[in-house]
Amino acid sequence: MLHAISAIHAAGENPNPLLPAVADLVWSAVVFVVILFFFMWKILPNMKKMLDARAAAIEGNIAKADVAQREAEEVLAQYTSQLAQARSEAVVIRDSARVDGNTIVEEAKAAATTEAARITAAAQAQIQAERQAVIVSLRTEVGSLAIDLARQVIGEALNDDKKSKALVDRFLTDLEKSEKAKK
Amino acid sequence: MLSASSEDGGGFVGPSIIEFFPPAFLFIDTPFEMNRIIAIRIIMATLLIVLFVIGTRNMKIVPGRFQSLIEMGLNLVRVNIAEDLLGKKDGARFLPLLTTIFWTTLFLNIPGIIPGFNISGTSLIGMPIVMAVVAYVMFVYAGLRKHPLTFLKASLFPTGVPWPIYVIVTPIEFFSIFILRPITLALRLLMNMVAGHLLLVLCFTATQFFFLDAEGAFKLFGAGTLVFGFVFTLFEILVSVLQAYVFTLLTTVYIQLALAEEH
Repeated sequence: MLHAISAIHAAGENPNPLLPAVADLVWSAVVFVVILFFFMWKILPNMKKMLDARAAAIEGNIAKADVAQREAEEVLAQYTSQLAQARSEAVVIRDSARVDGNTIVEEAKAAATTEAARITAAAQAQIQAERQAVIVSLRTEVGSLAIDLARQVIGEALNDDKKSKALVDRFLTDLEKSEKAKK
Repeated sequence: MLSASSEDGGGFVGPSIIEFFPPAFLFIDTPFEMNRIIAIRIIMATLLIVLFVIGTRNMKIVPGRFQSLIEMGLNLVRVNIAEDLLGKKDGARFLPLLTTIFWTTLFLNIPGIIPGFNISGTSLIGMPIVMAVVAYVMFVYAGLRKHPLTFLKASLFPTGVPWPIYVIVTPIEFFSIFILRPITLALRLLMNMVAGHLLLVLCFTATQFFFLDAEGAFKLFGAGTLVFGFVFTLFEILVSVLQAYVFTLLTTVYIQLALAEEH
């Protein structure tokens, strides 16, 4: 380097840095054109392709998210309507259960009433029957009593008129009473 | 700073413009003559291409770490420059050129601080000229394509100006739009990288001089220049990124102005 400097100094040349040498221009142009070529045909198209792909991917994801959200909304709406339906069904079921319950209570009441009536009727019938039996047995007894009485009357008639008269009265009274009770 | 200088005593030789004209070593005396700086350009260009081709070869929708970095690098130009200023449609049209300008500039600026390279590929005027020409052609093309009949008229005769003023305004507009714009684009980049390189060389040669050749307490100055060199190295990283950004941004703004020309 120092050699070159001193050589040029000795020759008295001082190159002008503003005047390009031919080789300088040639190589500058070559370097620029080659770099431009790579940027224009390789590097920037690659970059653009990737940016387009990235934009598409982002848009695709947004669309996918939209679809997912729409589906979720549909499911939610479906769920909500199902819930409402279930609620109204529950109301219907509750109402019908109440109605059914009422009916059952009514029926039970009616059944109890008829049962009570039946029992009462049965009791009355039994009472009637027993009474009938009593009357029947009374009649037979009254017959034998009458016969006994007659025998006694006949036995004592001779002894005391007064007594027999009182006896007959008593008998008749009894008879009357029994008649009344019969009726 | 642009002329070779040598300070008194100790044989200290400061950096000179000769720095940017290293001897050719390949294809000497042909239009493809190659020197160190051009070799650095080719190495960095190869690195750039390999990095981005590998980074975008098999891109996933969900990016990994490396892909995230590559995407960030490409989105810097795509989103923050092209789409912000030109809108999605025009941004996509000019994106390949804008991306190429940004990353080429950045990758050719950065060798200025890479040990072993130590000089940026953009510190030789060819590269800035080529990119400025590309920018120039692009914005003129954008204007002519969008407003085939009125682009030149709208650029040179701005509306809302009383006609006698055109005598002054038109030459100024012509000069600023069609001459100054490409020249400033190229020179801004070139001079930033040239100055940065000279500054670093100055710091580090001074450090070497102070440490090795200076006597006694003067050796201590070497520590100061070394620190300066370190700080300016960091600064050069910033400048490299900033100049790449500014070049791309201005190119985009010129295209935007050409597209939005009022009638």
